[in-house]
Amino acid sequence: MTKIKTQYNRRSFIKVSAAAGGGMLIGFSWLTGCISDPKAEAIAVPNEWFDINGYIKIGDTGLVTIYSPNPEIGQNVKTSMPMIVAEELDVDWKNVVVEQAPLNTGFYQNQFAGGSLSIRLSWNALRIAGATARRMLMEAAAKEWGVPVLDLNATQGIIKEKNGERTITYGEIASKAVGIEIPEEVELKEIKDFKLIGTSVKNVDAKKIVTGKPLFGLDFKREGMQLAMIQHPPAFGMKVKDFNAEEIKRMSGVKDAFIIDTSIKNPSWSDEKGFLQLIAIVGDSTWQLMKAKRAIKANWEVVSELENSEMHLKNLEDAIASGNVEESRKDGNPDAAFEKAAKVIERTYSSPFLAHNTMEPMNFFANVTDTSAELIGPTQTPEALEGSVSKLLDMPIENITVNMTRMGGGFGRRLYVHFGVEAAAISKKIGAPVKLIYTREDDMTQGTYRPAYQSRYKAGLDENNNLIAFSVKGSGLPEGSVFPNRFPAGTVDNYLAEKMRTKTNVTTGAWRAPRSHFTAGAEQSFLDEVAELAGKDPIDFRLELFDRAINNPVGDKHEYEAERYAGVLKLVKEKSNWGETKPGIYRGVAAYFCHSSYVAEVVDMVLENGQPKVKKVWCAVDCGIVVNRDAAKNMVQGGVIDGIGHAMYSQLTFNNGAVNENNFDRYQLMRHSQAPEGIEVFFVENEIAPTGLGEPGLPPAVGALANALYQATGQRLTKQPFMKNMDIEKVKG
Amino acid sequence: MPTFQLQINGESHTIEADKDTPLLWVLRDQIDLVGTKYGCGIGQCGACTVHIDGVATRSCQLQVSQLQDVEITTIEGLSEDGNHPIQKAWLEHDVPQCGYCQSGQIMTAAALLKNNPNPMDKDIDSAMDGNLCRCGTYIRIKQAIKTAAKL
Repeated sequence: MTKIKTQYNRRSFIKVSAAAGGGMLIGFSWLTGCISDPKAEAIAVPNEWFDINGYIKIGDTGLVTIYSPNPEIGQNVKTSMPMIVAEELDVDWKNVVVEQAPLNTGFYQNQFAGGSLSIRLSWNALRIAGATARRMLMEAAAKEWGVPVLDLNATQGIIKEKNGERTITYGEIASKAVGIEIPEEVELKEIKDFKLIGTSVKNVDAKKIVTGKPLFGLDFKREGMQLAMIQHPPAFGMKVKDFNAEEIKRMSGVKDAFIIDTSIKNPSWSDEKGFLQLIAIVGDSTWQLMKAKRAIKANWEVVSELENSEMHLKNLEDAIASGNVEESRKDGNPDAAFEKAAKVIERTYSSPFLAHNTMEPMNFFANVTDTSAELIGPTQTPEALEGSVSKLLDMPIENITVNMTRMGGGFGRRLYVHFGVEAAAISKKIGAPVKLIYTREDDMTQGTYRPAYQSRYKAGLDENNNLIAFSVKGSGLPEGSVFPNRFPAGTVDNYLAEKMRTKTNVTTGAWRAPRSHFTAGAEQSFLDEVAELAGKDPIDFRLELFDRAINNPVGDKHEYEAERYAGVLKLVKEKSNWGETKPGIYRGVAAYFCHSSYVAEVVDMVLENGQPKVKKVWCAVDCGIVVNRDAAKNMVQGGVIDGIGHAMYSQLTFNNGAVNENNFDRYQLMRHSQAPEGIEVFFVENEIAPTGLGEPGLPPAVGALANALYQATGQRLTKQPFMKNMDIEKVKG
Repeated sequence: MPTFQLQINGESHTIEADKDTPLLWVLRDQIDLVGTKYGCGIGQCGACTVHIDGVATRSCQLQVSQLQDVEITTIEGLSEDGNHPIQKAWLEHDVPQCGYCQSGQIMTAAALLKNNPNPMDKDIDSAMDGNLCRCGTYIRIKQAIKTAAKL
């Protein structure tokens, strides 16, 4: 067993349990709305609960409540984080119920959902929480029986004497464990002894989801609550001057209409940078508010340039040409190497702005009084929201509470907190609790987009077809999509990577696997073309490069472990029977490392009625220990569909500062009939502490897709979305 | 404000609303049936799908004034306790990720199976194409529909 120091004290536990109440969902207590399905059939509902620590509460019947600390955006941490606690607590999962914990920075750490970090950062804390509670229960039993704790063992919620007859359940001893001193160090299980981690546990909210129970921010309701909608300027570069407030206020169902200002001092990365002054309308009927919104006649003033898509493309090109490098890496002498190379190839890749388009549009509940602010809703960053609301209201952090609802998607969009801040500003103005609701159009035209990118790749081969020079120069609106120390850094003697930045007043933000999704697509399809030029199999070509990074790496450092990178390529090669040819099946491969995980994918494409269609995808994943196996597969499958769907179909274009695509009639997302028939996911089995999984499945899908498209259509597509840039007349087959 | 009589999940409801109010907002704001979701408001995403006399219909496109004398079924009324074959299959395949679009997916799938108890892949595609899932659970949805067909 591994001994590990415990990291917390009892002080803040009370706050955790106390704060989890408050509020109400329609027809349900708010608390019930946050709890997974009660296991009443398996075990009786307790008469009394005992707080063992901030993660665990045990009922006198043996029912265990585990608090899930992080926001749930569909990545399934509300199931997998409690699984880790339950593993070390050693309790039967059928006796566990899960509750969403509120924001509590005094107790939990890293309560956010971003960067595929939830499990990675909390792995130890969750294990310690479970192990500590188990130890305390055992000590309580030892004290009760007057025996040393070493004479006991605890498994599946039952404590037994090793050399005796006596047994006691967690439920029976829980009341006595409350008074036990928190141990300074605890023993963690050996990985090989895991019983729950690595199995497949069903989503704890699934029954509520399939029966339509209120779970999401948009479903939240409280007595006396008003509804509100906002109207932001119709274009980036515009600001509201005034509007027909009196006319709007006279409309049926409208209680108030005004302009709010949400600017705050020292805004952080998660605060709004674009639309800070908004028209707000308050009422009690969503439909009447929607009608009032349509009746708004506002004067908008132009405060900065109104941009368009042609200008964006030119700015990206100019940035690459500018030589204003923000971050770079150079090994050897790339210029000289390109000079003497036998073959040189150069390609430019680009992708447009994209919206996140979470299916649940932005919304938030706020109840601001003179002395307090209560916020409830979908946020990936509750702590950042708390901080921003504190600044907006000039109110101490201690007076603000944030509760998280289940989220109808995140993808990075809900890392940004403006909708919560706007709700607080409206609640303050009207002096009443309010739920702010965005329409789909508000959501899609608000900004915080995935940036537009452009990258230029160049490779040089010697007369023996060895890669002797490689360069990448990339720009973005605003940040470039280049990771100087990632692959192929470390594998080529002469290497150059340069990242440039360029300006835009379109607001941007993190979008699932930020920058990696574009870079993986560009770099991996470029390498496919380089391999072809070298006359080598694309997997063998990459493995040769990894051999170099393993045996004799170039330069000081690179960010990846070449063995693990090569490992997923070898696994996908084996599982997909790479090299086997089937008539009518066109294949592409790609591998990528991001969020500390490695994923390789093979896309099998067919032509249906002259149109390319992905038939099957094979994925090999190394994310260390897999916590919840089937859910992990679901996550990777979703990432693949996300990557393929957006690269094939999606784009936001601009005209005079306004977005042309403002709803799903113009913005194309992948639909059922366009999805692959199957996505097989295989994990590398190892004992490495878990790394990211929410994002890493996405990036390689873009590269493997582009490479399969080339095999199927004969066209090397360098510009996304691929379907809009493909010459469909020239598709063979 | 005019009054309307609606039959929802076997119960009669008297509603006061503007006559152009979409059923979606009557359900969500006035009857507290929030399982029917708002996604786009223009009938493009399917999150608001309900059954009107058994036919899968976008509730954001139906005005309350058009709904006298029809039977409306929402996700809350699809089964007694989540035991419709489609719901059971959804749990078996652990379909949802974020879960937001799933009640709409389930309502469309349930209507499909009622009309076509053994759908082929292409039948599933054409019935389900109006239901977007941003998380990408399409493969599991198809598998779950096939499982439900056998239940």
